[in-house]
Parts: sequence; structure tokens; C-alpha cells
Amino acid sequence: MPDFPKSMVITGGRVIDPAIGFGSDAHLFIENGKIARIAADSPAVRKEIRALKGYQVIDATDKMVVPGLIDIHVHLREPGREDEETVESGCRAAAAGGFTSICCMPNTTPRIDNQETVKFVQDRAKNACARVYVVGAITKNIAGEELSEIGDLVKMGAVAITDDGHYVQNPEIMRRALEYSRMFDIPVMQHAEDQFLVAGGVMNESFESTRLGLKGAPAVAEEIAVLRDIALCRITGARLHIQHLTCKEAVQAIRKAKADGVNITCEVTPHHLVLNDLEIGKSFNTNLRVNPPIRTEEDRLALIEGLVDGTIDCIASDHAPHSAEEKDAEFDKAPSGMIGLETSLALLKTHIIDKGYLDWADAIRKMTVNPARILNLPGGTLEIGMPADITIIDPEKKWTVKESLFQSKSTNSPFIGWKVSSKVWKTVLGGTIVFEAD
Amino acid sequence: MSVLSSRHLLGLEGVPKKDIELILDTTETFSEVIERTIKKVPTLRGLTVLNLFYEASTRTRTSFELAAKRLSADIVNFSPSGSSVKKGESLRDTVHTLEANKIDMVVVRHSSSGVPYYLTQCMDANIINAGDGTHEHPTQGLLDMYTIKRKFGKLAGLRVVLVGDVKHSRVVRSNIWGLKTMGASVALCGPSTLLPYDVSRFGCDLYTNLDEALEGADVVNVMRIQLERQQSGLFPSQREYTALWGVNKERLKRMNKDYIVMHPGPMNRGVEITSDVADCERSVIREQVTNGQAVRMAVLYLLSGRRADEGGE
Repeated sequence: MPDFPKSMVITGGRVIDPAIGFGSDAHLFIENGKIARIAADSPAVRKEIRALKGYQVIDATDKMVVPGLIDIHVHLREPGREDEETVESGCRAAAAGGFTSICCMPNTTPRIDNQETVKFVQDRAKNACARVYVVGAITKNIAGEELSEIGDLVKMGAVAITDDGHYVQNPEIMRRALEYSRMFDIPVMQHAEDQFLVAGGVMNESFESTRLGLKGAPAVAEEIAVLRDIALCRITGARLHIQHLTCKEAVQAIRKAKADGVNITCEVTPHHLVLNDLEIGKSFNTNLRVNPPIRTEEDRLALIEGLVDGTIDCIASDHAPHSAEEKDAEFDKAPSGMIGLETSLALLKTHIIDKGYLDWADAIRKMTVNPARILNLPGGTLEIGMPADITIIDPEKKWTVKESLFQSKSTNSPFIGWKVSSKVWKTVLGGTIVFEAD
Repeated sequence: MSVLSSRHLLGLEGVPKKDIELILDTTETFSEVIERTIKKVPTLRGLTVLNLFYEASTRTRTSFELAAKRLSADIVNFSPSGSSVKKGESLRDTVHTLEANKIDMVVVRHSSSGVPYYLTQCMDANIINAGDGTHEHPTQGLLDMYTIKRKFGKLAGLRVVLVGDVKHSRVVRSNIWGLKTMGASVALCGPSTLLPYDVSRFGCDLYTNLDEALEGADVVNVMRIQLERQQSGLFPSQREYTALWGVNKERLKRMNKDYIVMHPGPMNRGVEITSDVADCERSVIREQVTNGQAVRMAVLYLLSGRRADEGGE
């Protein structure tokens, strides 16, 4: 954290914390970098605030004050591709997007499959403007063949394991990973796509892939992967988290599994919630190439339904920076992934909240307390005594996504040029302001 | 003067009927030029055309080359082998380098769908798609339509069967869009593993049985089958493919009496088509090649925006 935490009072904002069921105008007191008190407005409190000495007073009238947002699916690219993102730049992007805690994926070079690399990332994050939680690899070198030294990874602070980008194709290995992870009470995060069925696919398999002559990656690859892992989760009793859900059938499978009492959670990305595969043929924009792919409108609506009914627990961006040089290529030769940290909140507000699917409290729940609970992270709430990680949002602020606004080192976003509503006004980390809008 | 509604030819999907009619009518004129002793007109004099072929091609490249030469345009061939593409130069840089050489029109063939569209975004030249991935091959679609129209005097109301690897064929896609726009009825036939996902949405009749598909058809256009498709498990063997989808004399009996047989080439004789069919009097395979040149002349001419009398001044 850049500065020594100060004492602060955020006045007049609408404070929303789904974790403690709070949602009304209030003044938020921060002392020594921790949440000290939430006070309803009254003449006495106002008088008290006026009399405060040594406090930084932030007038958040007409703003929304929420627990610092949490994104459990971020690629920081360091070590290995520091030209695309570093821990430092990724954390700046996080702060600009209102995120105070992020979880970084292990598919760096070298992979985060050993204590040294966990430690390296943690060290790089020491002075960064977001908390970075490291997710270790399930298998050595993410090769899907032998388990990583998971005990070692957890001892060093890894909060979960994943081979993200790759499905653990061998069911025996996955079963052992789930069994083994139970001892440490960490979730296994799965990129659920059968690798044989999606081999060579560059977009969703649909009439669009047929029409464009681009090789399709079918949704059934996700459905099969999810169903297999639900079965393995049931017999092992481990904690399974399905990453970036994309299709209707997978939503249905998880809905049923939850009803059956299986210990499963899942996430969805903003881009799968707002885009469908008709976009690709309009421009062959390689920033629309993501893995798993953007699916059909029917799938998109099923994801929203799953988000609304609680089947989908949280929003995660799958922030995946790629260099402009690599993205400026033939559609089927460009790498998969788009950045997301700095557009997540605005996309959710504009396309989910404003469309009436979720209210603010539910949306914030899926970006704070829910992801925190999945990974046993501290934070995600404004409870007294918690570190003062706070996001202050200008809820109705209209803006246009521009390349020049990104704090990320990469600009591979298909949302450039989109008009959106809602902007992060200030981000507070442990009582210190780490981002302020211009 | 009649003009096309786009300055590029990226595909036949969405191309209006009047544009296709204009191209086919103009082709008629250039067909005559090809039959002359002096097969050359001054129409595109001073214009530079680039043949940008990232994928191996002899037929299409030569056809465009001859078409450009007969119109008096200067044409340069560029193919990646021996160029800086092999040294890791990006598509954009390659294109910028080429454009710095003042190119007016680019004919592009590439293994990735969407590359012709990409070129329209990074250079000013007119772009002609000469085949992109498994997406479209519009001049092949046009020459196929022209060949059919020459034989039957019309396209509307005809029944055209496209047989073979529908999934991986850009020729099929361009034929579908063009023929449907012109009012022909299109049937697709091949093994179900080579009919792509949700193929019914093309609005064609679908068959896996070739004999049924050919019943009452006017045209059969046979697509090349690539051995690598068998290797990737899409059908069990070449032998079985030939038995079920190979076009032979016996099967043609089910077609209408004036039927014609087409193939975009190169052929695997004895696999998707028997030699006696390929060489029979109903085969228009060689005419397709000749017509290809005339169609490409028409396309180059119409996209250039020049008038027929302009180059002769």
C-alpha cells in the first residue's frame, strides 16, 4: 500500500453492503485503515464530523459507497509477459475498475506451480494498489499430468488451484486434485471445456461459425466438462468452482447440482453477459476472440437467468491482456482473451442493472461478498474492524470506453467506443485512496 | 453508367441481385474478348493489380493474372514463400509495404476467414477475395453461375446440387449465396459429418443420399474431397466416400435431361468424380476455367470504376 493508512470519513453517500444487509444513506468512518463505524445521518453526526481533527473528509453525496470489489479471475502476465501487463499495472487497472482484491491465474511463464513463483508475485504486489491473491496450478506446468505440490502452494499463500486455460482432461487427475484439495479447504477452479471437442475452435460453434467458415468450439464441450466435474465433486465432497460459464446447458447442470446439494460455485464474465456471437462477423474484431467463446443470444439470456436466480454466484472478468501486435492479426491466428477489469462495473450497470435484471445490492453482492466467500478471502464487506477497502461509484455517470483511459498495459477490449453508465469515482485500499477519477 | 454497390468484392453473401446481374452481363462482353485473336483491351491501362496469394493456388492466381493482363493492367504476384512473411512480418506490415508501392487493386487468397475484410480496414485499394479460409470464394461462385446461365439461359428455377465437403468449402458458401439470390434452388449433399453445424439455416435442401439429391436436378457441382478430412475422422475411408458420394455415370441418370456436371478443380479423379463423368459431353469443367477469366475481367473492370472507353484515350 502506497501510504500509511489514514483516518477518513466518507460522508453523505449511499452505503450498500449486501454482506451485512445494509443499504441506505450513511457516513462511513475509517480509523487506522479499518472500518470503524457506519452512522446514519443526523444533526449530531454532522456536528461530530465537522469537529473531527486529522480526518480526511470525502463528500460522497450522490455517490454509492460499497465494499471494495473483488475479481477472482485475472491474468497479470507477470512473470513472462511484462510487455502485456505487470502486477503493478494490473493492480492499477484493478483500482481504476473499483477492484481492491484480485486473484491472479497461474498460466504465467514460468507457471505458478511452485512456492518461488507464488512468492515472486506476492513480492511484486507488495506496493501495488490492490490486494493480489495468488491461485496456483493444479498440475505441474499446467500439463494436466501430475499434481503440483499443492500443500506447498497453499503454505505459501495460494488461495485456490486452477489450470485455467486448460481443462484437466484426465478425470483421474481431476478426481485426485479434488480429493487432495479438501485437506486444505481450498476450491479447485476449473476451466470447463473438453479439449478434444474444442480442438482448433476459434469461436462458438453455431450458424455464425458455419456462415463465416471459422472453426467452431461447441457449447457441448462445456456441458460435458461441467457434468463430469459435478460427478467428481459429488463423490469427493471437495469444493469445485467452475470458471467463466458460457452456455445454457452448463447453467442448467449447475442449477440442478446445487439443488442436489453438490458443493459447487461458478462465475460469469461481463462479456459473456453482454455480447453474442453475431458480433464477430460484423468486423472480425480479434478482441472478440475469447476462450471459452462468446455464445448465442439464447445462451446469453440463460446466463442472465442463472445470475438472477443465484445459480451463478459471482462476476469475474477473466481480464486477459494481449499485446496489440499479437491481436492485430487474422481472426484465427490471434490469441484468445480480452481485458476486463476497467469495464466490468460499467457493463454490469448498463446492461444488467439498467435492464432490470439485478438491483444494485444484488450486483454488488456478486462482486464482493460472494467471490470473497468462494475463496475464503478477507474483505468483501464493510463490517466493523475490516480493512477499509472501499469503492465509491458515481452510479449514473455516462462515459465512453476509450483506449486512452485504460490503466492496463494492454488495450484489447472489444468495448472501445461503447457508451456506458456508471464510473468508479474513488477506490480506497486499507484507508488510502488508490484511484481517483479525473 | 451501371456501378456495383460496393468497391470491394469480399463475398456473395448480401450482394444484391442487380450487382450479380451486372457482373454476369459484363462477363458476356469479356467472353467475346477472350475469343478474339488479339485478346486484349486497353480498359485498365495504368492500373496496378496485386495478386496477394498467401495460400498455394495455380488456377485462380493464373486466371486473375490473365484477366488483368487482357485488360492492360499491370499485375504483380506476391506469395509468402521467399518474402518477409517467412521472417515473421505481420499481415499489416506486409500490406503497408505493398501499398507503399501504389497498388490500386488487391486480389487476396488466404487460409484465414476474414482476411479480405481486414485488408479493407488497413489499405485504400479495392479488395477482391480470391478465397478466404472456409468462408467465401466469390469469383468462383460467379463463374459457376455464369457457366450455368450460359447453358440454361437462366438461373432462376434451376435445381443445383452441391456435393461433397460442404463444411470446409468456401466454393459451396459462395455458390449458396449467389444462387439463392438469383432464384435457383440449391441442394447440399455430403456425409453428415461434413455438413456444418446448423447448416439448415442456409435455406437449402439437405441430403446425405446422393441418389436422392440428384433426382430431378439440372446441375451437379462436385467439390474436391481432401484426404486430410479422412485422417481427422470425418469419414471412415476414401473407399466408402467414393461408394456413397462419388459421382458416376449411373447416378447421373436421375438428373433432368439437359443436366450439366461441374467441378471447381483440382479433381481427384476416381474419388469424388469418375473420369468418364469428368470428360463426358455434359461436363463443363473446362468451360468453367475459361469463364473464370471472363468473370474476373468483369469484376476487375467493374470495381475499378472505369468506363469501357477510358483506357483507350
